Formats: sequence, C-alpha cells, structure tokens
Amino acid sequence: MSMTGVLRPGHAAIRVLDLEQGVNFYKNVLGLLETGRDNQGRVYFKAWDERDHNSLVIRQADRPGIDFFAFKVQSKAVLEKLDADLKAYGVTTERIPAGEMLHTGERVRFKIPTGHLIELYAEKTDVGNGMPYVNPETWVPDLKGIAPVRMDHCLLYGGDIDATRKLFEEVLGFSLVERILMEDGKTDLAIWLTCSIKAHDIAFVRHPEDGKLHHVSFLLESWEQVLKAADLMSMNRVSIDMGPTRHGVTRGTTIYAFDPSGNRFETFCGGYQWYPDMQPITWTFDNVGAGVFYHDRKLNPAFLAVVT
Amino acid sequence: MPYRITIEEVGAGSVNFNCSDQQTVLRGMEALGNRGIPVGCRQGGCGVCKVEVLEGTYRKRVMSREQVSEDDENAHRVLACCIWPTSDLRLRVIGKMVDAVRKTGTAAITVAG
Repeated sequence: MSMTGVLRPGHAAIRVLDLEQGVNFYKNVLGLLETGRDNQGRVYFKAWDERDHNSLVIRQADRPGIDFFAFKVQSKAVLEKLDADLKAYGVTTERIPAGEMLHTGERVRFKIPTGHLIELYAEKTDVGNGMPYVNPETWVPDLKGIAPVRMDHCLLYGGDIDATRKLFEEVLGFSLVERILMEDGKTDLAIWLTCSIKAHDIAFVRHPEDGKLHHVSFLLESWEQVLKAADLMSMNRVSIDMGPTRHGVTRGTTIYAFDPSGNRFETFCGGYQWYPDMQPITWTFDNVGAGVFYHDRKLNPAFLAVVT
Repeated sequence: MPYRITIEEVGAGSVNFNCSDQQTVLRGMEALGNRGIPVGCRQGGCGVCKVEVLEGTYRKRVMSREQVSEDDENAHRVLACCIWPTSDLRLRVIGKMVDAVRKTGTAAITVAG
C-alpha cells in the first residue's frame, strides 16, 4: 500500500448527449478547466489543483454513461508488471498507444467482472496547477463555478462485485475499507475500495445490469464549500439528487447531482484516512439508509435505481 | 402561460397540475409537491420518468436512446423531464423505479459462487 503500485484515480471518460452543453456545464458550473480537444471530438478537463493534463474526458453519444475509468500507476515498470499480473490472473488486456488520449502515455485497458473498462497508465503531461513549483501561492484566484480540487473516485454498478473486488485486491493491491451487506447478512450489496490512504478510490454496488455509472466524484476542501456548491447548483438549475448531507460510509459530506445528460456526479468533502492495518467497517442491511445518507437514515428511491 | 397536465391512472384516479411552457412536465409536477411520475436524473439519462403522451403537444430535447427509441419518440413515448408543454397534456406513466436489489432480494442478483 505504500503507494508504489496503483497511485490514484487518473481519468474518467463519460458520454454526454450534447457536447457543448456538457462543456458549458463542466467548465462554468462544476468549474473544471478545459485543457484540450482531440480529433475524435473528445473534450478534456482537469480540476484546478490537479497537475496532470486531464482527469475528465467527455464525448457526445446518443446515450450517457461511462466509457472507462483509469488509475495512474507509479512508473512504466509498474505498468508492465501489472499488465503481466493481470494476464497471469486470466484477464485479457489491451494496449492503447501513447497519444491516443491527449498528453497521456500508453494505457493498459481491461474489462472487470462488473462489465466496466478500467485502464492503467504511468505517464501524463504535468501541466501544473497554475502555480510555480518554486515558491508557490496557496490557491489560484478567479476560478469559475464550484471548482473542486480534484476528481477523486467513482461509484460503479454491476453484477459480480465479488469477482471485481477479488481482482482489485489480489492483482491491483486495493483494500476493502467499508461494505454494506445484503439481507442475507453475507453477500455484499456495496463495497468501498482504496489504493491509498483515502477512504475510497473506487466503489461498487451490486446491480442487475453491468457497466453502469452511479457517479464520478469531485473533492472540495470544506463543508462550507459543499454548501456553496449546492447554492451554485440551485443558481444554475442543476438537478440535485440528494444533499447537502453526510454519508455514514466514509463519513464524507456530500451532494449528489446530475450533469445535463443525466450522469450523476458528487461534490464532497472529508472522509477519514485509512491505513492497511485497519479492519473494514461493515454496515448491515437494516442500516443501509444510515450508511448511505446518515441524517435521513433512509435511502432515496434513486440510490439503487437511477444510473446511466 | 400555464397548461393543464393530467396524469392518468395514478392510484384510483388521476393527478392534475399546471405547468408553464418554461418548465418541463416533470419539474412542473415536482414544483408543487405533486406525484405520479417517478423522478430520477431529470436530465434525459435514466429513463424512470418515461410517459406516453395521449393528447396534446410539446417541445422536446435530446434524451438517451437507451431509454427512448426512435419508435418511442415518434409514438410520443418520451421522458417527462425532456418535454415542455405547448398545449394541455394528457399522459400515462410508463417508467418505473426498478430497484432489483430490494424488491427481489439476493436471488435475482448475480452472486459469484
């Protein structure tokens, strides 16, 4: 876990129904910075405090949802090793050449048992966070919109979350941080996995349909900023699903809302830090409401039913 | 100006509310606490608010093809979050909040052996 293998979430690639509407939303309302457009029509964004070129890529399609989610690994040697480890585990991998995504090195892509495409890569151009590496200021003025500091994690829905968990743990070095059990008291309804000291880097909920997106999450630095994000959402008539509130799971403060194509995103703050000597936290089925929405202590109907 | 929206076959009767041409049918329903159409993403993506417009005219925006086929769209089976009334409307709810995990328990869900 000492962050020598998989480092962190790197980019999410999602589909939108109308590209310019999507660009306007992610740039002016969520407040990401547009960093490029490629000849496939994809538009690239990063959060202001991220140093690498991109963390969110959108393209226009006739249905919303997620194309792929990627993690940055420590080095090209680690990328080679993990590709070999995946193959040895029985996972088919595909190499996507450097430059296929703007400013992004070679990617190793594979499908996980829940039907999602996951990628690993080692290199992405460091474009900085708008401040120098020598004697920087503390933040960048004149940011637009909600302006999260980074793309932080995602929650994906699919069938076989057990095999997906096993792959993430046994091959990619992730650990289970929290789980919600189903009514039988044994089967996982949901799992939160980390590759770092964050309470989650990726999470999964069991769902009858594979390959679904619940949300891509963006980190804010304070609870007050979460409240301000809700104000900005209302000002911009953003469709809010839930919040501001707090999750029992991870303890993060949160808003769930939807982009103009119905892809859910989260703006959140907090959550505890996790170390590999800590045992996972378990929520029982009768407390799933408090686990997901701590104040209401009940699920909203959309949590298990509304995905793209 | 507001138009009269009627959702048929909600419980024992129907639900009626006014909706301006500046508001989607779904937002118009929600704004004053009315119920009848399931509310999901409100942005044309998830499909839970699918309705069949039985009578009346509306403006529409792009919606997910996974939820609304061309045949659907031509037959006025559309998402209530993506239509604005241009006349009084009479409609029927098609969409559902499908919550397989709670409704069917573990049996219907794939569990790795």
